[in-house]
Amino acid sequence: MTVAVYIIVMAGVTYLIRMIPFTFFTKKIESKYVRSFLRYIPYAVLSAMTIPAIFTSTGNVMTSVVGTIVAVVLAFFDQPLIVVALSASLAAFLTGLIV
Amino acid sequence: MGSAFFRGMNHGIPIGLGYLSVSFGFGIFAVKNGLSVFQASAISASNLTSAGQIAGVEVIAAAGTLLEMILVQLVINIRYSLMALSLSQKLDKSFTAPHRLAASYGITDEIFAVCSAQPGMIVPAYMYGMILISAVGWVLGTVLGASAGEILPNSVSSAMGIVLYGMFLAIIIPPSRKKKSVLFVTVISALMSLLFRYVLTMVSGGFAVIICAVLAAGIGAWLFPVSDEEEAEQ
Repeated sequence: MTVAVYIIVMAGVTYLIRMIPFTFFTKKIESKYVRSFLRYIPYAVLSAMTIPAIFTSTGNVMTSVVGTIVAVVLAFFDQPLIVVALSASLAAFLTGLIV
Repeated sequence: MGSAFFRGMNHGIPIGLGYLSVSFGFGIFAVKNGLSVFQASAISASNLTSAGQIAGVEVIAAAGTLLEMILVQLVINIRYSLMALSLSQKLDKSFTAPHRLAASYGITDEIFAVCSAQPGMIVPAYMYGMILISAVGWVLGTVLGASAGEILPNSVSSAMGIVLYGMFLAIIIPPSRKKKSVLFVTVISALMSLLFRYVLTMVSGGFAVIICAVLAAGIGAWLFPVSDEEEAEQ
């Protein structure tokens, strides 16, 4: 089997997973419960993806934890996304130079 | 139209930068597994997803069946269905079927997260701007990683591994500070995620995220239904 066939199947499945709910749910959902559920989904997804993965995200627990602390503090004070993201990375990098 | 597009691009800069570093790693990984630079880039350009691509390359390298490829992609990427459904409730009237078909391509964890955090409804141009800069970062990083994986010192590329997670924290922490309902949902979800990571390890990462998110958001919606005023302010 050629690699191209794999790639086409892979891309097709991934697209359909996104496209079907996005395209066919055109009406506003009436249920208050479902609407509340969908409002909370982003936070729930991101939280589960971040914890605990962030603590090993640089390949080193020490530099990851320092980066995480920097990100938490800056996010707590409402800093823009890019500031939080790059400061976390810079903190992890600098910590890596020391340890 | 123009301003929404550029606003989307602007909001997509941290995503594009994060993708550049993550897909750099993907490029190296793909070439190590026997793919060409072109094949690796084609995968990135057509899939725009991290975990799904890594798993897909593993299937290709092991000469797995197409059924295996389909199942792997379904399990790892099914969370996008949930995100697409959530985002479908936030689309402006100008988001007609052709726009939905086109923008579906770009529903990633990060684009979904940033779009969800926007006040008001989302217009197509905004999403296109964000998708464009994200996809450019993703494909460019793949090309660079696949063709010259050794150029970046390890200390730099490993430190870039935290960029996207830092962005996630910047999205979930401010609303968690202001609303106890959101704080509740994020804490429950994080606790369940820890449980899956360290105790219920037989559940794959993709499934674990879905279970955590559905349970945490489900309990949150039951305990803290969103009032109409709250809905209007988002």
